[in-house]
Amino acid sequence: MNRPKIGLVLAWLVIGVALLWAVVPGVFTGHDPIAGVPAEKLQAPSGQHLFGTDAVGRDLFARVVHGAVHSLSGAFVAVGVGLLLGTLLGLLAGSAGGLLDDAIMRFVDVLLSVPGLLLALTVIILLGPGTVNVAIAVGIGSVAAFARLSRAEVVRVRRTDYVEAAFGSGGRYTTVLRRHVLPNSLGPVIALAALQFGLAILAISTLGFLGYGAEPPTPEWGLLISEGRNYLATSWWLTSLPGAVVVSVVLAAGRISRSLGADLGKDRA
Amino acid sequence: MSLLDVRDLAVSYNGRRAVEGISFTVEPGETVAVVGESGSGKSTTAHAIIGLLPGNATVDQGQILLGDTDLATWSSRRMESVRGVRIGLVPQDPANSLDPVKTIGAQVGEVLRIHRRGDRRTIARRVVDLLTRVGLPEAEALARRYPHELSGGMRQRVLIAIAIALEPSLIIADEPTSALDVTVQRRILDLIDDLRTEFGTAVLLVTHDLGVAADRSDRLVVMKDGRIEEQGPSAAVLADPRAAYTKQLLHDAPALSVREFRTAEPPVREPAIVVRDLVKEFRAGPSAVSRAVDGVSFEVAHGTTHALVGESGSGKTTTARMVVRLTRPTSGTVEIAGAGPGRLFRRHVQLVYQNPYGSLDPRQSVAEIVEEPLRNFRLGDRAARRARVGDLLERVALPKDLLTRKPRELSGGQRQRVAIARALAVEPEVVVLDEAVSALDVTVQAQILDLLEQLQRELGLTYLFISHDLAVVRQISHTVSVMNQGRIVESGSTSQVFTDPGHEYTRELLAAIPEPVR
Repeated sequence: MNRPKIGLVLAWLVIGVALLWAVVPGVFTGHDPIAGVPAEKLQAPSGQHLFGTDAVGRDLFARVVHGAVHSLSGAFVAVGVGLLLGTLLGLLAGSAGGLLDDAIMRFVDVLLSVPGLLLALTVIILLGPGTVNVAIAVGIGSVAAFARLSRAEVVRVRRTDYVEAAFGSGGRYTTVLRRHVLPNSLGPVIALAALQFGLAILAISTLGFLGYGAEPPTPEWGLLISEGRNYLATSWWLTSLPGAVVVSVVLAAGRISRSLGADLGKDRA
Repeated sequence: MSLLDVRDLAVSYNGRRAVEGISFTVEPGETVAVVGESGSGKSTTAHAIIGLLPGNATVDQGQILLGDTDLATWSSRRMESVRGVRIGLVPQDPANSLDPVKTIGAQVGEVLRIHRRGDRRTIARRVVDLLTRVGLPEAEALARRYPHELSGGMRQRVLIAIAIALEPSLIIADEPTSALDVTVQRRILDLIDDLRTEFGTAVLLVTHDLGVAADRSDRLVVMKDGRIEEQGPSAAVLADPRAAYTKQLLHDAPALSVREFRTAEPPVREPAIVVRDLVKEFRAGPSAVSRAVDGVSFEVAHGTTHALVGESGSGKTTTARMVVRLTRPTSGTVEIAGAGPGRLFRRHVQLVYQNPYGSLDPRQSVAEIVEEPLRNFRLGDRAARRARVGDLLERVALPKDLLTRKPRELSGGQRQRVAIARALAVEPEVVVLDEAVSALDVTVQAQILDLLEQLQRELGLTYLFISHDLAVVRQISHTVSVMNQGRIVESGSTSQVFTDPGHEYTRELLAAIPEPVR
């Protein structure tokens, strides 16, 4: 029964490595991510340059490793924004009910009706480009998902006997929300946060690819792929390898989210 | 030769024994009741016989002889030729045992179709015959309806029709009436009895309700912890139980042990609860309004127990919720002597819920749950609160080492004790118990009822006791109001209502309690 799940272990491993890249990039690569050696430009992957080199002779692996901090912190900010705003809206809507509930949820419906990327682009145009702004934009794009899920959970928990019993034992409205409703609603929301983390990396990379994120020569993952685009025919590694890194981190986050959802679901009656 | 001969049967779940070497027989045409509490292995036994054990269960040893074939060794696939044909099953929960997207007729016809009993037209005719036979009116129209259009009792009749469709020689009825109201329960059991005499079918009745078992069976098999404690002819077992466990069951079953009525001293103070002309209406549609509670009035004297009795839909729970101010009445008043306004009301009146699994926050520890009311009202500092929690646990007879446990690590009885401790934390004077013992096994139920009685004596509590179970009500309450369709049809002292019922409905309810044997 308790056989370790290989996929899950692998997923944690991928996320762990990516986090380490972000925290201590120097341990993984000795090359400079910004300054290139023009003589070594566009080399295929080798023992010397694990992911090969780009058009100005920078080591691609070093750029991916050093880029982790930009992409991951961006994703954290994005998920943070989405989680905080979304859960707040959901909690408010689910616990208040009535007119406020309707107003908030219709607003969320509007958010949901605009394609995520378009919404993010709109926000960026309002805020101006930049790593943090991109993260906030992506976060706002995920508010709707968080709000809907947390509202559904709050409405479910709100109906349980133990919440009514908490009011019955003299609990004030806010106390009951904080002590019973919120903790018991958060499980699936946290699982969604892990999933959104992967999607945020993808979205931030997409915006980076489109040129709204970090300014070159910052080694952001999406930007790396975008820069490699011009060499697609001759130097496959410039797009494929950073792309593979993004894909594996996103998939790993999804797998972890699924396991969190299953674990946190156990407490549900 | 016996119809069914179970020999030394052992079943385990993931290697843990649930049934440990039990043997019993069922003769043709007789009713054998398997009685036990939850976890006694009675349902596992029934499922093993019909080959419907879940995937993590294995039959470790023993034989299940149906005639002269040993079913224990048969694969689930091979069992298909037995299920429905030679053994019929009446499942426990009529609400979930029918497919909601298929018509009644299709579901009854399915068993005939699977076993190729005739073409479409003969099957359709047979379905109508069967539905008529189990006492359903307008069978032809009913066959075209869907399960959600039927009441619980009607659904159970449909399930019985499915079970008898192929005239099996044995019917296994797994708690066939537990989810039903008492009057409906009686009619369903009567139906099973009739069918048994008509077709000569043997019935294996699995039940937790010793009253039902005593009333309906030829022989009793009493199970506990996967073993058979005692078996024999029902009358003999009931008259002279040999196993200590059977004696305890008999003692604890409210329906079987006739106790003295509780009588109250004439009230000296003004009543603790006064309910006047209480009405609650719910919107039943765009313009329709349904009255769940329709002009209910009663009084409860200090330190006594008043019971509201009725079947599901009688409005008793809605009344209770209005008394504890969780539901706002449409009109009418509830006065509770000494109760403060607003939040202070909760220090005076507490509610204990039916389901001890749902009324405790799964993320809190027992200590946190019991302490919560004290924190809400800021009673005492941390040390004082902790001491008080300790006292409360002692009052409800729970060991101290449960303090750090989560609700899911407790048994049903323990959870209900925690819920009672929480209710008592703020020293209320009125406690409303909404079916507070209905979800518990009889011995646990008896313990909780004793606890409630003792607490009432020691703390002078006033109880409003909501229940569908007349036998329990008879035991605990001083006065009773019988509710039907939102109205109180009769009320008075318990002894008066039980010995000399004035209303037709009360008499019907009382007739539905299995006869006291002693």
